[in-house]
Amino acid sequence: MLSLEVERSLGDFRLAASFEAGEGVTALFGRSGAGKTSVVNAIAGILRPDRGRIAINGETMFDSARGIDVPTRKRRVGYVFQEGRLFPHLNVRQNLTYAGLFSRGMPASEFDRVVALLGLRELLERRPGNLSGGEKQRVAIGRALLSSPRLLLLDEPLASLDAHRRSEVLQYIELIRDDVKVPIVYVSHAVEEVLRIADTVVLMSAGSVLAVGPAEDVMGRTDLRPGQGTFEGGAVIDARVVEQDVENDLATLAFDGGTLTATNVDALIGEPVRVRIRARDVSIALERPQRISIRNILEGRISGIFNANGTAEVAITVGGITLRSRVTRRAAEELGLAQGLTVYALVKAVSLSRSGPP
Amino acid sequence: MLSAEEREVLSLSLRVAFWSVFVSLPFAVAVAYALARATFPGKTLFDAVVHLPLVLPPVVVGFFLLLLFGRRGPLGEILEQWFGIIVAFRWTGAALAAGIMGFPLMVRAIRLSFETMDRKLEAAASTLGAGRAGVFLTVTLPLALPGLITGVLLSFARSLGEFGATITFVSNIPGETRTLPLAIYTYTQTPAGDAAALRLSVIAAVLSLAALYVSEIMVRRAARRIAGEDAVARG
Repeated sequence: MLSLEVERSLGDFRLAASFEAGEGVTALFGRSGAGKTSVVNAIAGILRPDRGRIAINGETMFDSARGIDVPTRKRRVGYVFQEGRLFPHLNVRQNLTYAGLFSRGMPASEFDRVVALLGLRELLERRPGNLSGGEKQRVAIGRALLSSPRLLLLDEPLASLDAHRRSEVLQYIELIRDDVKVPIVYVSHAVEEVLRIADTVVLMSAGSVLAVGPAEDVMGRTDLRPGQGTFEGGAVIDARVVEQDVENDLATLAFDGGTLTATNVDALIGEPVRVRIRARDVSIALERPQRISIRNILEGRISGIFNANGTAEVAITVGGITLRSRVTRRAAEELGLAQGLTVYALVKAVSLSRSGPP
Repeated sequence: MLSAEEREVLSLSLRVAFWSVFVSLPFAVAVAYALARATFPGKTLFDAVVHLPLVLPPVVVGFFLLLLFGRRGPLGEILEQWFGIIVAFRWTGAALAAGIMGFPLMVRAIRLSFETMDRKLEAAASTLGAGRAGVFLTVTLPLALPGLITGVLLSFARSLGEFGATITFVSNIPGETRTLPLAIYTYTQTPAGDAAALRLSVIAAVLSLAALYVSEIMVRRAARRIAGEDAVARG
């Protein structure tokens, strides 16, 4: 549980952010320069805000009005930096046990558990200079975990890795999320990472918070797209696998309002998945089309139309979820699209963004 | 191989150099850290004072030491009354002179290490629970090791070669303050002393080379270590 409200001027840049984050993974999302790293540095006590307050689990870490500023070393915040920042003069084992030097030791059972969880056994006697990027980040995550943190901060931990290492390290982060009950603040500018890992998303732009909410909601809001960098607007849906047709590599996913079929779903029956449907992959028909190749046709009701330049973004409520469709404004006029109208959403592509327990 | 007199000169020189380095090292680390990290009023002046022995004629430094640390000098009296240490015309005075002459060299080398190291590692250490002293001892100092070794070598070599400040401050007393350079100088002033002067000069050269060689190996090792490489011998 994190509650934060900070202000800070750094030259021309002004940071004024406030949000609350609960259990699980909170993603600070936005393009580079949005102030995400400044926020986590403030949480860690590395950056001192001009004004504001920060509380973790109800304990005040910083409060300018009451003159409270708990030093970094006493905040018990595990910080995984973008570049790892392993101590080069110590081997992996010494890096992992470093925090034990400044607390009342480190239980061997805890050490063994983290080493096993992150697969570090083979690396213990190695020195950081000879580790691969992915190995370094795994050690950095283990080192942070072993400082018995109240909160784990991950600042773009995948930024310096290639695609292959990225998914490897991401798997370990998912393990931590599901296995270790410590709240995580995850900084990223990559949509795919955020969708895969986050429960709550804090969308940041130019030093301030544009939106806070469940990942499905925030990442689905097309009206926020200017702040989302290269993100393509669309809907994010939490679903569950109800059928797997292995022969045709076709999975049936049930969500609050209907079912979807998708290929390439690497999950077992009964497992939760999160899928993303981009607005440009959804077409609209007024009648249920017959003899068509598209498999996913969902009946819904238009809950809103947002015009922007030559296009219209149409929000379609299907059961408990809201799909987004992008059509040209002329098409919207010719079809007579209006709020409350019942339409059929034709979904051309469904991409899986997360599997495994939420 | 060496005569009794040569052995005496050599052991005195090594003793003077060792103590001058040993005692000045903690002060040099403190001053280097302050100059590299702290901001305080009068820092520029402080920096200049630290560097003074580098630019003043050694004889001038020796003369100042004589005024300050002579038995009737203000600091000399304090040292004698409080600590029972007499430096005037003693080998301890030679060590003091050598230490002060080598001090700026030591500070410069260590300061450079403090300034060029990756300070982000210190921030990382603080998130893991390390306080200021903890960060300094477990991260800052180990990462400054190459600078520390270089500083020790430079100051050690400077001590072995110290002449002007030493002879002015503690004179040229056989067995007490007559270090290698002073002994060589004395022989060159003695009729038919050239052969003896040459022998001592060769000793001095061998000593300097050995110190340089050892420190070079140590610096390389330390640099490899702080680069985070495994302890396997390489090239």
